[in-house]
Amino acid sequence: MAGIRQISVFLSNQAGRLAEVTKTLAENDIDIIALSIADTAQYGALRIITDDNDKAIRVLKEKSFVTKINHVLGIEIPNEPGALSKVLLAFDEKGISVEYIYAFVGKSGINARVIIRVNDNDRGTEVLRSIGIPLITEDEILKK
Amino acid sequence: MKFYDKTHECMERPELLKLQSERLVALVKKVYDNVPAYRKKMDEAGVAPEDIKGVEDITKLPFTLKSDLRDNYPFGLFAVPMEKINRIHASSGTTGKQTVVGYTKGDLDVWSDCISRGFVSCGIEPGYMVHVAYGYGLFTGGLGVHDGATKLGCSVVPASSGNTARQVTLIEDFKPDAICCTPSYALFLAEELRKKGHKPDDISLKVGVFGAEPWSEAMRQELEANLGIKACDIYGLSEIMGPGVACECEERKGMHLQEDHFLVEVIDPNTGEHVKEGESGELVFTTLTKEGFPLIRYRTRDISRVIYDKCACGRTTARILKPQGRSDDMLIIRGVNVFPSQVETVLMEFSETSPYYMIYVDRQNNHDTMEVKVEMNEAFFSDKISDINGLEARMKARLNSLIGLSIGVTLVEPGSLPRFEGKSKHVVDSRKI
Repeated sequence: MAGIRQISVFLSNQAGRLAEVTKTLAENDIDIIALSIADTAQYGALRIITDDNDKAIRVLKEKSFVTKINHVLGIEIPNEPGALSKVLLAFDEKGISVEYIYAFVGKSGINARVIIRVNDNDRGTEVLRSIGIPLITEDEILKK
Repeated sequence: MKFYDKTHECMERPELLKLQSERLVALVKKVYDNVPAYRKKMDEAGVAPEDIKGVEDITKLPFTLKSDLRDNYPFGLFAVPMEKINRIHASSGTTGKQTVVGYTKGDLDVWSDCISRGFVSCGIEPGYMVHVAYGYGLFTGGLGVHDGATKLGCSVVPASSGNTARQVTLIEDFKPDAICCTPSYALFLAEELRKKGHKPDDISLKVGVFGAEPWSEAMRQELEANLGIKACDIYGLSEIMGPGVACECEERKGMHLQEDHFLVEVIDPNTGEHVKEGESGELVFTTLTKEGFPLIRYRTRDISRVIYDKCACGRTTARILKPQGRSDDMLIIRGVNVFPSQVETVLMEFSETSPYYMIYVDRQNNHDTMEVKVEMNEAFFSDKISDINGLEARMKARLNSLIGLSIGVTLVEPGSLPRFEGKSKHVVDSRKI
């Protein structure tokens, strides 16, 4: 399946819950590479990509967190005006809807790195290829 | 009009006991001959119809429980062939099964008589316009009260429940004299009327007859002050008949039981023995005249007291004081019976495993609220908030369609709700009645 594995964690809006997740990961020597949170008044969904997703899922489950794995697209684009716009316009043109999007820090620090969750990863990948945007693979993202 | 049926409402007690005894003897013979479930129970208890010679023999008969109704769902306890049944009503049941009741033409006639008696005792006169905001349908409230008001000769406005803005307009434009609904809904209507600038004095209503849920004296005072009415309590259970089994009079010191039709006993719920006269206990009814769906010694699980002294209004009938509560787990939310198990049934549809959940009941601005918290599991969870919101919305819609109430749903983390050892307690009822 195209894309990078992302772990989502369900969190009640309660003091200390997010810290409980990061503590669990820290204790197990797991590094968070990318992160975002979506929230409502009652709950939030934490989305993370780590340097050891399998282990992260295991240790979070042991702590009874509700987790879910899904695949997202990671891209690297020039850090300049219009770069993201070009990608989103291309998706829009092909009728691919973006569920959410977040940026994270890359190794080089020169290009911008972005995670995009679309409704169809395979078609999304095609579109990105057609406009010459390279996809980041899971291996690449994990490279320290 | 002071009495609708003075003969029966003001009967001297020896005469009343004689009438009740005759009716009981006939009833017992009839159910023994016509309802296999009753015959079986009586045979097992070693009691024959001829052992029952009067009301003093009532304790020889076995109790009828809600579970008997369930076991004989839907029509097993009916005592007449279906073609004699003129109306069916039903109320929500504990296992997803409804409690089904049937009325012959004669039963409907008795029912509307009982309601007419109650209306007159509350001060409703023939010719009054009566706004009925109970739900019409399988629920006994709407159609029961409707028939009673019709028989009394009132101008009935069958507004049914819901659509508060329209109800307010009907009250403003039609200027009804009396209103029938749940007391909490009446308070809600009062609030809406006040928001539109109405003062208690310019609201046309004079009398309110409220029932189908427990309510307090404080609530009565609030209703009377906010609507400028006399607020009276009406009692009934669909199993026994529906609203009108008992109703207050203008004295408002207990609800007069229509004793020529219903025999009441008050028992200790643990031992089944009669309590001393005037003491608190579980109400048990025998329907003396019902043809379609007679009940013998039906345990209501309503806890209250019954007093027998003569009322200042002139009626001699026994009075039931406001029930203090129910001995089982049923909730009455805005007049609708809700069992926690019904909520559970709905939640189970959304997952393969039994979910942990809690039900929180409260009363805000005199309006009952019900919220369900349910623990999230992996089958539910998505990285997309819109999916989770959609799930909550689907649960809400399903609860609403099955239970008939708007119930809030909040998803919470696994392990965050209380666990129970032994019998679980899924309900936190914070209403102050």
